[in-house]
Amino acid sequence: MPQLTRRSLAAATAVLLGATALTACGSDSDDEADAGSGPVKLTYWAWAPGMDKVAALWNAKHPDIQVTVQKQASGDDLVTKIITAAKARKGPDLVQAEYQALPTLVTNDALADIGPEVQGVEKKFAPGVWQQTTLGGDAVYALPQDSGPLMFFYREDLFKEYGLTVPTTWDAFAETARALKKKAPKKSLTTFSANDAGLFAGLSQQAGARWWTFEGDTWKVGIDDAATKKVTDFWGGLVAEGAIDNQPMYTPAWNKALDTGEQIAWVSAVWAPGTLTTAAPATKGKWAMAPLPQWTEGENATGSWGGSSTAVTSDSKHKEAAAKFAVWLNTDPEALAALVKESGIYPAATAAQTSGALAKAPDYFANQPDFYTKAAEIAKTTAPAAWGPNVNVAYTAFKDEFGKAAKARTAAAFAKALTAVRDTTVDDLDKQGFEVAK
Amino acid sequence: MTQPPKGARRSYGVKAAPYGFLLPAAVLFALFFALPIGYAVWLSFHKVEIKGLGLGKGARSEVWAGLENYASALTDSEFLASALRVLGYGAIVVPVMLGLALLFALLLDSERVRGRSFARLAIFLPYAVPGVIAAVLWGFLYLPDVSPFHYLLEKAGLPQPDLMDGGPLYLAMSNIAVWGGTGFNMIVIYTALRALPAEVYEAAKLDGCSELQIALRIKIPMVVPSLVLTFFFSIIATLQVFNEPMTLKPLTNGIPSTWSPLMKVYNDAFTGGNIHAASATAVVLALATFALSFALLRISNRRTTQGASR
Repeated sequence: MPQLTRRSLAAATAVLLGATALTACGSDSDDEADAGSGPVKLTYWAWAPGMDKVAALWNAKHPDIQVTVQKQASGDDLVTKIITAAKARKGPDLVQAEYQALPTLVTNDALADIGPEVQGVEKKFAPGVWQQTTLGGDAVYALPQDSGPLMFFYREDLFKEYGLTVPTTWDAFAETARALKKKAPKKSLTTFSANDAGLFAGLSQQAGARWWTFEGDTWKVGIDDAATKKVTDFWGGLVAEGAIDNQPMYTPAWNKALDTGEQIAWVSAVWAPGTLTTAAPATKGKWAMAPLPQWTEGENATGSWGGSSTAVTSDSKHKEAAAKFAVWLNTDPEALAALVKESGIYPAATAAQTSGALAKAPDYFANQPDFYTKAAEIAKTTAPAAWGPNVNVAYTAFKDEFGKAAKARTAAAFAKALTAVRDTTVDDLDKQGFEVAK
Repeated sequence: MTQPPKGARRSYGVKAAPYGFLLPAAVLFALFFALPIGYAVWLSFHKVEIKGLGLGKGARSEVWAGLENYASALTDSEFLASALRVLGYGAIVVPVMLGLALLFALLLDSERVRGRSFARLAIFLPYAVPGVIAAVLWGFLYLPDVSPFHYLLEKAGLPQPDLMDGGPLYLAMSNIAVWGGTGFNMIVIYTALRALPAEVYEAAKLDGCSELQIALRIKIPMVVPSLVLTFFFSIIATLQVFNEPMTLKPLTNGIPSTWSPLMKVYNDAFTGGNIHAASATAVVLALATFALSFALLRISNRRTTQGASR
């Protein structure tokens, strides 16, 4: 038992030490020395695998700007780390940041506006993706690196076996779920998972939701807007009537359900082949991908789930050089080809989505040779997303509240969960001191 | 170095020597213990103020908050709920774990036991498994779709409880702690038992005591100090439970992100980015742990001194 004490003490001290890291702030002058002579040295915090190899390509061609990649943990941990480093004025020059983390980083004054340095780059990206790096204003806080347009993945063989057709609308999706339950009561079309808010955010995006917007000096939280309500009611209804499962994704049980065909479809993003390869190895070659179902027949929109950008920090003493590298990394054909190969990302730059690097379908989808051609078409239809300064708080609230709702299995519980997420988010903004419309 | 002159200087040196020896420990204590705690306390009295949208330079400033963070920590229903959850969890873990530890220690100490060192190792071994790994292992065994127990229950046509939700979740979580912690506590109690003089047992046997009577009337009263110690450790560990619920959380809808008080602190600091509120909650948690530990220590001390004077 004291081993638990020690460990939990360690966790507690980690909290305290994390706090002390902040005290470590002071004047630093180690970067100033090399400003005049020798090559510019940049550090880059990233978590994508193989990023150091991509940077090596740049370093070989640009002896005057040398980039060192420092591998980091992804997600929330890195956001906290970047903010802490920014407070201590010890940040790197460049960071990899998820789109939804950008406002949090900007409001903590961790990122630099690189608008002037990256003029003309905008047209290389889909508008829905680009807009996330500007927060809807005039500044540019990052360059899009990869994106995760949502798609519909399904077991082609089982759809045939049960006489199901691929749904093109959400109504048809619900009918498909019910039809499957009738034919095979033990199987489910898919699950509503409360442990990843990113998917729900993407689905709401597709419906036209704008979760965070601002007018003048006031933030407005639209997590309970009509579009998100529609999405909530839809999934809540399916769970309540028992048409789909209610257990979370990314558990051993979920892997098993996918691998044994207990769940025969998954609403996911372009990176799904990678996840399926490890989660459902036995069903390789049996899956197919189709565009996401639409709210109205004939519409053409998708949301995004995941994806990240390259940002220059406010600490960087070589903003121009760092922006130059960021532009190269995310628009140069050679760099993008290397990113696809070494890091396995799906590039945000539209030209790269149809380039030679993505000519071949992923191994897992060898049965669908035009996988990436189709994906590029879908990616173009990505609806804009609107992120705010406390996405983390909203995401955690989503996990807690929708977890309860998924357990309760009633439509009313889902509606209540959405209101709770909205309230928690608004309260947190208010508590943090932001001007927020109630 | 010149030889110090004899006389007054020398006695000064002798007096200063203990402080000199104390210095390394004192410096380390100050640097790595007192300073971080002091800083956490300082943080807990401050908050961040944001102007307007919070975009751009100078929009954030740290200001004095007084007791505001403490007020919101103490009135936060999530924090109180997490404290209650942990008390419920502790009410299962502590008695069961210490009861088993005492039982195993007495069994191992009894005369007729065979394979003593093997048994001791087997009971102790789970302690060597890191908490996160233990939680993952048990998590797999609990998940209905992959659990062998559920498979057997289903085959036998028996009801299959969902161990990752509601009331059974407390049992499932406690089970991990008991499994991992019993061995250590058993070793502590067992060591105390081995240190007891053999003459006492001989005398008891001559008086016609059975093994059971020796255990109940001699061994247990004599290892009470060890029991107090293990109890003490267990209470603190319970209040600080973090790894198990954190690891099991993604597997189920039944564990909120603020299941235990320490998870709430973690969530505030690293998800919400509110290091000030997190510090206040951490300080409250530390004070509560101290208060509880000292109260229990006082009670047990009074008991043992009474026992000794009798």
